[in-house]
Amino acid sequence: MDQELLQVKNVSKRFGGFTALDGVSVAVARGERFGLIGPNGSGKTTLINCISGVLANDGGSIRFGGEEISALPAYQRTRRGIARSFQIPRPFHSMSVLENLLVPLEYVSGGRDEQAHEILKQIGLADKAQTLSNQLSQVELRKLELARAMAARPQLLISDEAMAGLSSNEVSEVLEILLRLNASGITVIMIEHIMQAVMKFSQRVVCLDAGRIICEGTPAHIVADKDVQRAYLGA
Amino acid sequence: MNEYFFFAGYVVLQYVVLATAWNILGGYAGYVNFGTGAFFAVGAYTAVALYKAYALPLGLQILAGAAASALLGFGVGLLTLRLRGIFFSIATIAVAIVLETVVLNWHYVGGAKGLPTLRPASATFFDSYTVWLFFVMAAIAVVAVGAARYIETSWIGRGLRAIRDNEGAAECSGVPTLKLKLAAAALSGGLMGAAGAPYAQYLSFIEPSSTFSLNYAINALAMPIIGGMGHWIGPVIGAVLLGTVQQVVTVTVSSEVNVLVVGVLLVVFVVAAPEGILGLLKKWTRNFYR
Repeated sequence: MDQELLQVKNVSKRFGGFTALDGVSVAVARGERFGLIGPNGSGKTTLINCISGVLANDGGSIRFGGEEISALPAYQRTRRGIARSFQIPRPFHSMSVLENLLVPLEYVSGGRDEQAHEILKQIGLADKAQTLSNQLSQVELRKLELARAMAARPQLLISDEAMAGLSSNEVSEVLEILLRLNASGITVIMIEHIMQAVMKFSQRVVCLDAGRIICEGTPAHIVADKDVQRAYLGA
Repeated sequence: MNEYFFFAGYVVLQYVVLATAWNILGGYAGYVNFGTGAFFAVGAYTAVALYKAYALPLGLQILAGAAASALLGFGVGLLTLRLRGIFFSIATIAVAIVLETVVLNWHYVGGAKGLPTLRPASATFFDSYTVWLFFVMAAIAVVAVGAARYIETSWIGRGLRAIRDNEGAAECSGVPTLKLKLAAAALSGGLMGAAGAPYAQYLSFIEPSSTFSLNYAINALAMPIIGGMGHWIGPVIGAVLLGTVQQVVTVTVSSEVNVLVVGVLLVVFVVAAPEGILGLLKKWTRNFYR
């Protein structure tokens, strides 16, 4: 099973009496474009919080590149190649855009200013390098989230609703970026509510509802599924 | 020169150390320490106990005081820095109260009555021990400011600022947040202990209530805020300014009024210039060149 980069097996997460994840198992292959959908509160963000180490899972196992990582703190997982963006952008607001990227560059990949500028060019933020990050627009903040995640040189990039609230032009722009990153060899997990974008982007989609996987398959298969239509698409 | 200037200057330098030490954790990483008095006192009492027991020379007293307070910083950090937010701050208040109670009942170092310490009348190269202590504190201040400056301009400082801005994002950007916070707490505490270690020699006396005084906590927090927390020179400016004003007011008006001065200045700066004197300077120079 060498081409499986991420293996989540039977992972559960409870908050007090509330079960946010109930025995979820997914596997993501190296280089795959993987979509994660589901209604609000279905556990999407909880799942990626468990994968990235922001939360500790209560049961089950998470393996990355064959190594069990459930017990590792988040920064160790980032160093092993899991990077993520946050649904609500969390810039380092006292720093410039460039400095935001220097944090992961210094702590993870050992890069310097040149690498940061290169990533900013890829993402389309090159002219904002010296701007203080609390002066960016929404779409720029989303791009900064992705750029900072990229600065950690990840094998797996998790994009948590990078497109929510953006205009359709901006959505295509971010989609473009993610496709380009994937083409350069990075595995991408995309969490998104904008179905058009998920369907266009993903090779495989998983739909969560109430902490369980209710359907898994190609975008076409997902859209046609009765359970997904009832729980999420509202058909 | 009049020996009084060295006597007063010592206090100002001591505040340079305390403010700089406080700022390493409070200013850079955003974790507020309300227990500066406890860290200061642990340094002072460690030095006194070792001086009484083994007549350790001043240099070793300072090292031991710094080590004890660094350990205290690490310990309090280990218990509370896993949690984000105000738990560390609350714990530092609690530690100050608990430790003061311990010392009040520790008779070997004088308990509540206090303990007079016989200090040498003069030191090598110096006619007066006060002048010698002034230069010792100056050396500690240089070390403290040098350490703060190094941290600020290095990857450590960037990591601490990332923690202050957004701890979750910092951790996910590969910053070992707990380790970094613990290191900062230990260094900050250690420097405060070093500032406290010569205290009993300076006064020829030590007693708990003035050593654990809340004034240290208030000043260590007010000086960086007034000077500016973003840059290593901020706490130095705040300490020199506020420390000098306090010395002058203590002599010319009263020692009660000097606490009032700190309070009023703190309120004025927090409301009108939250980035301190450095922030004001930056704003003015920007307008000037516009």
